[in-house]
Amino acid sequence: MHSLCFYRYNYLSSIRGWVVLSLFVWALGCKKESTNQILQSDLFKGFYQPEHFPPIEQPFDVSKINEKSFVLGKRLFYDPILSRDSTISCGSCHIQASGFTHHGHDVSHGIDDLLGRRNALPIQNLMWQKNFLWDGGILNLELVAINAITSPVEMDETLPHIVEKLKRSKVYPQMFKEAFGNEEITSTKMLIALGHFMALFISDKSKYDEVKRSKAQFTEQEQRGYNLFKQYCENCHKEPFFTDQSFRNNGVQQFFSIDKGRYEISLISGDEGKFKVPSLRNVELTAPYMHDGRFPKLIDVLNHYSDGIQNYPNLDPLLVNKIPLNSQEKEDIIAFLKTLTDWNFVRDKRFSEF
Amino acid sequence: MKKEVRNIFQLLVLVLALSISACKKKDDNNNDQPTPQQPGEVQIHLENRVGNLRFYLNEYYVNENGDSVKFTMFNYYVSNFEFIKEDGSSYVVPKDSCYFLVKADDMESQELHFHKVPAGKYKGVRFIIGVDSLKSAAPLEQRTGVLDPATGAQGMYWSWNTGYIFVKAEGICPGIPDSLQNKFKYHIGLFGGYSTPTINNIKKVELMFGKNVEINSNKNPNIHCYVNPLEMFKTPTKFDVKTQPIIMASPASKTIADNYADMITFDHIH
Repeated sequence: MHSLCFYRYNYLSSIRGWVVLSLFVWALGCKKESTNQILQSDLFKGFYQPEHFPPIEQPFDVSKINEKSFVLGKRLFYDPILSRDSTISCGSCHIQASGFTHHGHDVSHGIDDLLGRRNALPIQNLMWQKNFLWDGGILNLELVAINAITSPVEMDETLPHIVEKLKRSKVYPQMFKEAFGNEEITSTKMLIALGHFMALFISDKSKYDEVKRSKAQFTEQEQRGYNLFKQYCENCHKEPFFTDQSFRNNGVQQFFSIDKGRYEISLISGDEGKFKVPSLRNVELTAPYMHDGRFPKLIDVLNHYSDGIQNYPNLDPLLVNKIPLNSQEKEDIIAFLKTLTDWNFVRDKRFSEF
Repeated sequence: MKKEVRNIFQLLVLVLALSISACKKKDDNNNDQPTPQQPGEVQIHLENRVGNLRFYLNEYYVNENGDSVKFTMFNYYVSNFEFIKEDGSSYVVPKDSCYFLVKADDMESQELHFHKVPAGKYKGVRFIIGVDSLKSAAPLEQRTGVLDPATGAQGMYWSWNTGYIFVKAEGICPGIPDSLQNKFKYHIGLFGGYSTPTINNIKKVELMFGKNVEINSNKNPNIHCYVNPLEMFKTPTKFDVKTQPIIMASPASKTIADNYADMITFDHIH
């Protein structure tokens, strides 16, 4: 107990130290930079590689991200012009405060109140993803948005029509010019600008991350939860993204008639009902859970793994015997999962709508 | 005097000849060939035909299975062209100009133009029906022209599954149930997968001309080929359009792709 207090004291003082130090560094930086760059350091920070993350996976060229293309991408992300009747934007279903998911919606809720089949995935750390969507159908970051934009039950719009609308707009021609050097508006530029915005959604400042950087300490309960997590969950939810990016069937569904999951892409028999292992970063904020949003709370998810799993077809071998967890252990795991919440990220003004 | 002039003339010719051969040596390091030649233009004409007759959209044809079918759409990609030289080596058409989207309702798209094909004698051409896997998984900046998902590809791009539709054939067969409005829709793609292998429906085609064809700045041949859309219903597998009227990204796509692999044939050169 004594040592715990000691650590906590240390943690607080070290935070204080870092704040002072970073303010100092920041002030020094300002002094050196031009006015324009001061503005950048306030509102815009280019892509960076967190030290405890592996190398990026996406071939997307992050060196081309500049403040103007980022701002253009942000404007597009929050602009309902991207939907057929200009009612919904990307940000409608990817809400920052909910870890860029659609709070309270089990499956995607699109134009004309139409419903999709799957739960809106969080947008974060995209440059480290091998592929996108629950079935991994899309390989490139800048191509993901086409899916939602053109889906008849999401935004139901066409790329050429968006380009027409953007060309007619009073603000976009100038913004495209500033971002790309000329006024020509193309869907390729539009998608790349969206990519420039989303590529900077780097969530690396949760308490877990601070512990990894030795700047914070888990509480006793969080540490117990972490140990249990490593024992029972880490096989699939691999650090530091808490996913191994594989496709697995976790036994929630007996029939796959509505959604065959990974099979729809791989066409490999046995892939029916397999879905991408989702990242657990910010999981506290991304309810409801599973590919079809069937579980409203984290405890429901853990109850599924301890008791709910049925030996349905294609069940992942790791789950055949369920996961033996008592209620205390579940609470500990949830306490640990909450250390994955990155408040800095979900409140970052650079990414917010207003 | 006359003899002297002739000698001088001969000398001039010799000097000129030497200088030309020297130049040539410098240029392509190949001095045992005849006069150097400039590259030529080649055209490949892909004309849709059924037997001896021109194929038209919205007209009925009887397929191998005895069903009447009419096409309302017949589009396909051909790409990765290589012209095969007399000695078996080949000229590979540069990546930036080797992708073509051919549409039945667009005559111009059926004429493929190849610029600056190196002079020489060629005995055939190789290409694929579809889009290669590298391009299928390429970043957006590298998808230009007919590969631009928004404009050029014109409905030949899958938004939910990285890759292109290689062959898109839609139409009517009265034998297909009314509930489906008698429509068949074949959207055949799949490049083999990126990290996890899946079905690969890319089809290699090699057409031999049966003779050597000269290509140079003076000889710009038009290679006339016939394309039979009905081939997708036969060889190696006779296909019943009525039982499987809709095939997209599914294992059955392989049957259609195997069938259409031989739909393009060489006919003549002019």
